[in-house]
Amino acid sequence: MTELFRDKVDVSMTVNGEPVEARVPAGQHMIDFLRLELGLTGAHASCEHGVCGACTIRVDGDAVRGCLMLAAQADGAKVWTVEGLTDTSAISDLQDAFVERNALQCGFCTPGMLVAADELLSRGGVPSRAEIREHLSGNYCRCTGYEAIIDAVESVAKGRAVKGTT
Amino acid sequence: MTIPFNNPDRPNSYIGKTVPRPNATKLVQGRGRYVDDIVLPRMLHVAFSRSPVAHAKIGTIDLDEAKAVKGVVRIFTGADLAEVCTPWVAVLAHLKGLKSPPEHPLAVDRACWVGEPVVAVVATTRAAAEDAASLVVVDYEELPAVTNTMTALDKDTPVIHPELGDNLAFRRLHEEGDVDAAFANAHKVVFASFRTARHTGVTLEPRSILVDWNPAEGQMTAYHATQAPHMMQTVFAKHLDIPESRVRVICGDVGGSYGIKVHVYPDEVATAAIAKVLGRPIKFIADRLESFSTDIHARDHEIEAKIAVDADGKILAIDVDDWTGIGPYSVYPRTSAIEGNQVVNLCGGPYDFANYRAQTTVVFQNKTPTCQYRAVGHPIAVAITEGLVDMAAAAIGMDPVEIRRRNMYPDDAYPVTSPAKMKFEGLSHHASMDKLMEMMDYDALRADQAEARKRGKYRGIGIASFIELTNPSPFMYGIGGARISAQDGCTVRMDPDGSVVALSGVTEQGQGTEAMLSQVVAEGVGVLPSQVRVITGDTQVTPYGGGTWASRGAGIGGEAALQAARALRGSILEVAAAMLQADAGQLDIRNGQIVDADSGEERMPLEELGRIVYFRGDTLPKDLPRELVQTRHFITMEYPFAFTNGVQASYLEVDTDTGVVTLLKHWCVEDCGRVINPQLVDEQVRGGIVQGLGGALYEEIHYDEDGQLLNGSMADYLVPMAAEMPDMVVGHVETPTKESELGAKGAGEAGTAGAPAAVMNAINDALRPLGAQMTEMPFTPERILRALGKLQD
Repeated sequence: MTELFRDKVDVSMTVNGEPVEARVPAGQHMIDFLRLELGLTGAHASCEHGVCGACTIRVDGDAVRGCLMLAAQADGAKVWTVEGLTDTSAISDLQDAFVERNALQCGFCTPGMLVAADELLSRGGVPSRAEIREHLSGNYCRCTGYEAIIDAVESVAKGRAVKGTT
Repeated sequence: MTIPFNNPDRPNSYIGKTVPRPNATKLVQGRGRYVDDIVLPRMLHVAFSRSPVAHAKIGTIDLDEAKAVKGVVRIFTGADLAEVCTPWVAVLAHLKGLKSPPEHPLAVDRACWVGEPVVAVVATTRAAAEDAASLVVVDYEELPAVTNTMTALDKDTPVIHPELGDNLAFRRLHEEGDVDAAFANAHKVVFASFRTARHTGVTLEPRSILVDWNPAEGQMTAYHATQAPHMMQTVFAKHLDIPESRVRVICGDVGGSYGIKVHVYPDEVATAAIAKVLGRPIKFIADRLESFSTDIHARDHEIEAKIAVDADGKILAIDVDDWTGIGPYSVYPRTSAIEGNQVVNLCGGPYDFANYRAQTTVVFQNKTPTCQYRAVGHPIAVAITEGLVDMAAAAIGMDPVEIRRRNMYPDDAYPVTSPAKMKFEGLSHHASMDKLMEMMDYDALRADQAEARKRGKYRGIGIASFIELTNPSPFMYGIGGARISAQDGCTVRMDPDGSVVALSGVTEQGQGTEAMLSQVVAEGVGVLPSQVRVITGDTQVTPYGGGTWASRGAGIGGEAALQAARALRGSILEVAAAMLQADAGQLDIRNGQIVDADSGEERMPLEELGRIVYFRGDTLPKDLPRELVQTRHFITMEYPFAFTNGVQASYLEVDTDTGVVTLLKHWCVEDCGRVINPQLVDEQVRGGIVQGLGGALYEEIHYDEDGQLLNGSMADYLVPMAAEMPDMVVGHVETPTKESELGAKGAGEAGTAGAPAAVMNAINDALRPLGAQMTEMPFTPERILRALGKLQD
């Protein structure tokens, strides 16, 4: 780590609706900040290249790779992880559908997958299976073969459409 | 009393039904507890300095700069750890001739593959450990690297381990019948070369271990992402000189295994050794480059094969010459000869033919060690067999389904012994094929294919029948001397509130083990699955068992659970009979209630029985046994393995201008015996198929000729993504094994076994009119364009 990365940066953000102030190393990744400093171990570090999506979190409404973002960049941001999305019941229909359809096996990709899926669903409407597959292509799952995940997301999209909610 | 499985309306009928997984909800809420989520007081982190070259003598090691990094606590070299950890040699007595040199947790004197751990740096943070590891300076004196499997045994190829004499790790020749005569007299002989690429598992959770040595108690606790906690207990105890009883391996949530996490890795043993030296918890989490360069690799076979058929398409003989390179060491303790051995065991598997010759040659090379990965050997053997059968069918102008029907063992032929000397208790190739034809509407698909061709589209249908080895007996490892348990145990107890706890030696890796156990125990005792709490993955708590590998969890662990549950039911009923002044045989347990067996009338909730047993035992007859806990262990005795069977089909389109393959649909019919949880089995099959599709189309570890790993990241090693994968139709035929009451065989590897062959045959079916034939996996656009003659440089 270069000396530059050793510099500390003051950040202020909200994480899962709660204010967080911290002094973070300039080189610390957001996923490490969440996991190591805040104890939010739901999102996982896996490829550390921004490829697999296991670290996906929601930052200011967008699904973001926690391994490609520095904690210092989150200054002023509204950050949500699977823990907060669970506590607020924001994605409970999606979580229920994943359990019902067994759209997870080892569960390591699941928190990131849920955030990515919710990003698609939050746009409203009922995406086609191909659109769901395309949207989730940045989130690897090595266990399920994806079909159950597509089924679960599709069923939630249809369910939300019927309820008129997005 | 046996369970009337054929009656779906029987009481407590949970076996055979989809019940929810007890551990799924916590995982969707991000409340899983994987090893990296665990933080212990005074915990330190280890990072490794690894060999950047494939083969080198280790000269001086300069640690000065590394030691100066703030946070570094201690640095260990190979010589340091050799003083506290004995080396291991990965051979098995029944794999005759298999040899391998001693391997240490850190390389001593010589590094033999890119990624081999050489120096371990321990620091207060992972970042500091990594920083310091990058400042370790090792003087590597490069040695010639052996990288080509096919020339590894040539006279002018350097010998990697001179003390072993040559680069041959293992060779086995199996011969049955008169193969040469059969080929000489055959109506048609078809030759082909096949190649399966080097793969790795790419578990999303990297290999992870946290080891805590408590010198005050003389006890080691390893929190380990592993498939075989008891095996690891033995390994740590043996090589770190700790009594086995003083090693506890805890396996909580595991983020994918697929065989990757069932092996002994030098860096993980080093982590345990360092914990013992420092007396502090040490955590090692592999990063992704470490995953690619040090997780076991697999496949990487090159094969020459031929098949002889008569004019009616009857298989007369199959001859297979298989070569594989396994890296510089056989992997401990399962060895790296198994995949080649499986190719010999499995080729020709579905078919009734007389003359069979197969040889596997397993050589050392300077690449990452290979070992058992999901469906060990099966994808290779199925690709060889099904590729040859399709080519033979084409050569004599026969439909690929028809040639299979003419050669598959009749469904009433069992038990039979194959030309490879595999014993089949009961398989259903024809019923499975019939079901597949119905599911996929084969004739309609052929019509669609013909229609597409008129439009200039090249679509293909590929069929692949297969057998799959599950429920292994000690014939797999135990007879070779390895302390790898083929039996498994389950303890089932009833607590005062009438709920049931099941402790099992098989582990949960996401496949649904805990759901399977909960429903088996629920049915066996007579309670709701939600009343069963399942505990796995703790060597100090669960009965001794083998863990989860070779598709044994349901077949072995499930049967042990069923027997333990039935025994507990008997114990409960004995107490109930005494309390109710009734005959135990007239009582039953249903939904957590003691009932009259005939009328179903409720007599007493289990909660009340629990209250009396645990708090008012004084009211029970003095001599009445009141142990509401039972343990049973199960091992298969009559067959070395419980083979399953199945057949897959792929429908795809090849773009002959770009070489891109689009998977349109995939089908699998498989027979894993009794299906305990239909949804979980289907999803195992689907997940397995996609892993096989990855091998067919994308996955390939690349090395250069110096043994340098070229694609060590997820951006460069492609695995299947959602957009490219097809929807999959899964069907079942059920031929329960008679070895157990449960009748379950394994289902976790069937998908991976057959998918690559189905895709290969579909691509060749599509390209046959163009005269192209693909047999080298993965079938990348480049390879397809070369086969079509459109790329020639």
